[in-house]
Amino acid sequence: MSYFRIQYDHSRNPLRFSEHRPAHPPGHIEMDEMEAELPTGAEKLIQCLEREGVEYIFGYSGGAAMPLFDALVDSEIKLILVRHEQGASHMADGYARASGKPGVVLVTSGPGATNVVTGLLTSHMDSVPVIVLTGQTVTSMLGKDGFQEADVTGITYGVVKHSYLVKDAADIPRTTREAFHIATTGRPGPVLLDLPKDVTQGPCDAPFVDEIDLPGYSVPSNGDPQAISEAAEILNASRRPVLYVGHGAVISDAGKAVVRLAEKLRAPIVNTLLGKGAADETHPLHLGMLGMHGTAYANKAVDACDCIMAIGARWDDRITSKLDEFCLDAAKIHIDIDPSEFGKMVEPDVAITGDARLVLDELIPQIQPADTKEWLEQCDTWRQRYPLKYAKQGGLRAQHVLDRLNALTEGQAIIATDVGQHQMWAAQFCLSTTNRHWISSGGAGTMGFGFPAALGAQFACPDKKVWAVVGDGGFQMTQAELATSQIHKLPTKCLIINNNYLGMVRQWQELFFENRLSGVDLVGNPDFVKLAQAYGVKALRIRRPSDVDRILAEAHAYDEGPCIVVAEVVKEDNVFPMIPSGAPLSAMIIEKPKGPLAKPTGST
Amino acid sequence: MSSAMPVGTRPAQSKAVSKSPTSSQHRSGAVDTTKALHTIALFVRNAPGVLVRVAMVFSRRGYNIESLVVSPGARSGFSRMTVTCSGDPSILEQMIKQLTKLVDVVHALDHTTSDRFETEIALVKIRCDGESRREVLEIAKHFNARVVDYAAESVILRVFGGSDKLDAMITLLDEDRIVELVRSGKIVMARALEVT
Repeated sequence: MSYFRIQYDHSRNPLRFSEHRPAHPPGHIEMDEMEAELPTGAEKLIQCLEREGVEYIFGYSGGAAMPLFDALVDSEIKLILVRHEQGASHMADGYARASGKPGVVLVTSGPGATNVVTGLLTSHMDSVPVIVLTGQTVTSMLGKDGFQEADVTGITYGVVKHSYLVKDAADIPRTTREAFHIATTGRPGPVLLDLPKDVTQGPCDAPFVDEIDLPGYSVPSNGDPQAISEAAEILNASRRPVLYVGHGAVISDAGKAVVRLAEKLRAPIVNTLLGKGAADETHPLHLGMLGMHGTAYANKAVDACDCIMAIGARWDDRITSKLDEFCLDAAKIHIDIDPSEFGKMVEPDVAITGDARLVLDELIPQIQPADTKEWLEQCDTWRQRYPLKYAKQGGLRAQHVLDRLNALTEGQAIIATDVGQHQMWAAQFCLSTTNRHWISSGGAGTMGFGFPAALGAQFACPDKKVWAVVGDGGFQMTQAELATSQIHKLPTKCLIINNNYLGMVRQWQELFFENRLSGVDLVGNPDFVKLAQAYGVKALRIRRPSDVDRILAEAHAYDEGPCIVVAEVVKEDNVFPMIPSGAPLSAMIIEKPKGPLAKPTGST
Repeated sequence: MSSAMPVGTRPAQSKAVSKSPTSSQHRSGAVDTTKALHTIALFVRNAPGVLVRVAMVFSRRGYNIESLVVSPGARSGFSRMTVTCSGDPSILEQMIKQLTKLVDVVHALDHTTSDRFETEIALVKIRCDGESRREVLEIAKHFNARVVDYAAESVILRVFGGSDKLDAMITLLDEDRIVELVRSGKIVMARALEVT
């Protein structure tokens, strides 16, 4: 179908979808191949997506979205039909995190749209570029409780970077261009387009738009030279510096610059859960993850440093714990593309607004090797004294499985996790060496994220090995996507760490609530191997420590479709180190405490 | 700053406000001066939902909007918002950054203590008969208020000026006699060629 833009006469040329469309409208002139049809709003929108380079749409159909699904029939864009809208939103999120390109979701109105709210929060909290298209009832029915109507822009205001209710088809090209621009630039985030059915069904004669006219939206790039010089001065004079790397470094691909800075300054690197992968975690200057369940040596370094520089990180409460006692004597430098992060949690001595990689590129030439010999020796002493460890006896342990997964994948695989104990163990033991090889829901802590996010990452990177690491609780929230993985023969491996518990909450109840277990026992779990087989998915089981290497290797080598690996691990195990929420870094627990602990003062 | 201001206007800084007659006893209708008030001026794109987005920045951080004025800007397609609000002063700066971050907000500026002109207008409907009417008109005269409706048992006064001036008049008129009160909310403009 081709769309020649010619003079359009509404009186002569009825809408494409009109049932009473005459074969030859009055006054019809034979135009051979030149069909005088305008595209519908939906067709125009899909053409806009094609212009934006969209490869996949993760979606679930429904009444109000039918014109959009119809337009996809003739499009190059591949529609991935999921089994629940939440799965679509996490797939698009995983696709975006793995590729750096925006993920696109298409769902219908009402419940279709509300089912992606959790995905929007996940993407919003972790600054992931996702475009969500929601069908909506016809404009004349807006606000009248029409069938499957929901005030979707209203419901989602708090979880989007921006959103549009498109009431006029002529706005489609401009709105779509703006949505992609806003989602992918600056601090990325989700953008929602709510699309009433009459708008997508009716004609759209607006031309494509390339120019962006958003006077209230600017994208920082290079940092202020004055601030950068001040930062260099502080770093050069420091004796105990730490580079604290967050998701912003992943997004701007600043990892190599971070390593160059660390080597030149001679400073250790720590990263957040979401900062994993930016700077090679196997580098000798890298101390691993910091924070609530970070390595003891990373946290000790942060607690003792005299200068800490946040590179695309936001001093989250998982990192600072008790803010009043966090790095009191250390100079603080903060690089962030979002200036609203400055002073939100921590008042920086120097704040640099800009893209992390560009700022580091300008900073590094001004850096002199600092006098940090003693400091690096101290960090290494901590590393030797407080290594990550786990019991080698007493049954199969999640840490053992993940430690071996790390040995097998060597940072070459994309690892996407769910949320809970397995997530923290994976973060500790699976060291990331490559940018965008670590995918996890950090800010929102969304259970059910890991498996669909891994599938999205596999769509983005068909030639890479992708492992989902999930718990038995989170997996069951989005396990219906087994069907999606099987239909597309995605070679994604899903490791289910099955302890038949909501382990992280159980750990808290054990440590802080006198082991009064409440709402954590997942009795009634299915046999996950049989469950996978019911979908036609290959499934393997690990029961004994001696099975681990063989089974993981078998799954890793299997590329003809998805493969589930169920590790039946010991029921009760705890993640250490641990900084109780609200406690200072110095209160870190490295091993299981003898007696009960006071209830944490922080939130969760 | 006060020397540069014309007679009759008083800046609503905390110092000046504390001198107003309402500072000791708050009356409904008068702005609650026991809370520190902040004045924020926004220049926004006149896009659907912009008011909700702005309001959500305030409500999410526990701020209370005391008054809000939205009007067309000098450029077509843009609007002005003047927000008077109260809340934790330590997060005011953070809140202004969050407002600035909104895609539809061109700029958001704190005008609580800037060099500015501010004014507000109020309509007050007062129940009064021949006896009490004289006193009401006395008060109106003192505050340069104009009678815009003169009925058998009531008058409507229109008064404008600084918010504290309005507060003072409302307090003198007495809550029991006021039937209805509509205040426009404060509007501000930065002096000289400074940006509001």
